Amino acid sequence: MDNLLEIKDLSKFFILHNIDKNIQAVKDITIQIKKGEFIGITGKSGSGKSTILKSIYGTYRIQEGSIWYDSAHYGPINLAKATEREMISLRKHEIGYVSQFLNVMPRTTARQLVTEAILEMGQTREIAHMETEKILDHFELGRELWDSYPATFSGGEKLRLNIARAMVKKPRLLLLDEPTASLDHDSKWKVKILLEQLMKEGTTMLGIFHDLEFMNGLVNKEYSMKNGQFSCTIQKDITISS
Amino acid sequence: MAELEVPVLSVKQLNKQFGNGCPSCKDKESGDMIKNYCRECGTVYACRDVTFDVYQGEVLGIVGESGSGKSTLMKSLYFDQEVTNGEMYVAGFENGKKNVLNESAQKKRYIRNHLMGKVYQNPILGLKMNFSSIGNIAEKLISAGNRHVGSMETRGASLLEEVNIPIHRMKEEPRNFSGGMQQRVQIAKALSNNPPILLLDEVTTGLDLSVQASVLDLIKGLQRELNISIVLVSHDLGVIRMLADRTLVMLEGKVVEQGLTDQILEDPQHPYTQQLVHSLL
Repeated sequence: MDNLLEIKDLSKFFILHNIDKNIQAVKDITIQIKKGEFIGITGKSGSGKSTILKSIYGTYRIQEGSIWYDSAHYGPINLAKATEREMISLRKHEIGYVSQFLNVMPRTTARQLVTEAILEMGQTREIAHMETEKILDHFELGRELWDSYPATFSGGEKLRLNIARAMVKKPRLLLLDEPTASLDHDSKWKVKILLEQLMKEGTTMLGIFHDLEFMNGLVNKEYSMKNGQFSCTIQKDITISS
Repeated sequence: MAELEVPVLSVKQLNKQFGNGCPSCKDKESGDMIKNYCRECGTVYACRDVTFDVYQGEVLGIVGESGSGKSTLMKSLYFDQEVTNGEMYVAGFENGKKNVLNESAQKKRYIRNHLMGKVYQNPILGLKMNFSSIGNIAEKLISAGNRHVGSMETRGASLLEEVNIPIHRMKEEPRNFSGGMQQRVQIAKALSNNPPILLLDEVTTGLDLSVQASVLDLIKGLQRELNISIVLVSHDLGVIRMLADRTLVMLEGKVVEQGLTDQILEDPQHPYTQQLVHSLL
């Protein structure tokens, strides 16, 4: 495969039995993403942005279309048809997902959370502990927070932890679901630096952004969505500042 | 990796019915049935063609309303009752080639004592209430062929410590314990033979929130440390969300939907699953 991800004619609707309604979330979405590319998706709430990300991640089961992903382990694989076990393995090793919400086990410390993500990939405990400290430092999460529960963190701290957890695995494909919503300027700036660094390391990213200013200078291409379809595409020329 | 993976536990077309059935309900789809109950002969079809695999180190959740066949399924897996028909393969027994449901009672005991542990919703079923706690653990160890008193005591004490039962109370009978403590003794007992498969049937139901949390943390920790496979039955979607990698949804004895836990919770397909998920507070 030339591209890391090829989505073809993706359609997803929700069949709600209790109110006897079908809700079309996205329709005939086709998009190709090259290795190392950063694609931004914009659009109003309800236009279907998250549905695309969740369909790729396997949280949503799509009715039509294909999502071909060039896996390091499996080779080209249609994520829409992947087995549960394949999807679990891909999530552990290759595909990361960051949302604005930190969805974690209660009563798990920040340190444990990141360590587990590394252990999942089959690393030894020593390496996991080392890498955890490195990345938490790197993300400027105060040392006093390492051994406390993320439930008590501020929004910005949670988000940085969330991205740290995804980034420490060095995923080949990172899905970002409004990662900067509800962040202050300073935190946004930190996240931006980290995303730029990930890009340099070759991670392919697909992100949803409300904050256009944030997105500019970061993405290679911007897709704008309306009513479940792409309404326009903008090619961006970017140079990453070092 | 994944494509070469062999399930630790594989269940195929497992059926359990209470009653002989009659011509009217033999054809399960069109018979004169109220849910899974035959109006003609009173036969209850508790599990109908239940099929699933469990892989190493994963937690498989099973959800469903009361009477959907969850506990019957768990009893069948642990040989607490005979099944009507079906197949079950356990990786640790004859390389997973033989249908263990057709094996002799002796072989089934072997599998149960060496390859499985079970925690019941009701501690009375899993523990001898008038044995000491450590004696309960020794009982399982003896069934698994252990004969050395000293080593059993060490093992028992370390397990009880692991599940946070204070050492000075380990000789005490579980009937003196609180519900949460009894559950933790059960878990220690179930783990004593280092089973690759752990069956948990509504282990947190009826416990108060903080005790529930400690039991759940314990299970999660054990699974992480020991990499065992867990089949977890619960009607509490919060428990399922916290622990299960994959989830089956049961209704009237049948598996009506299965998927990754986030699929089940965020994109439920079957009308019953949608109703269940939308009932979440």
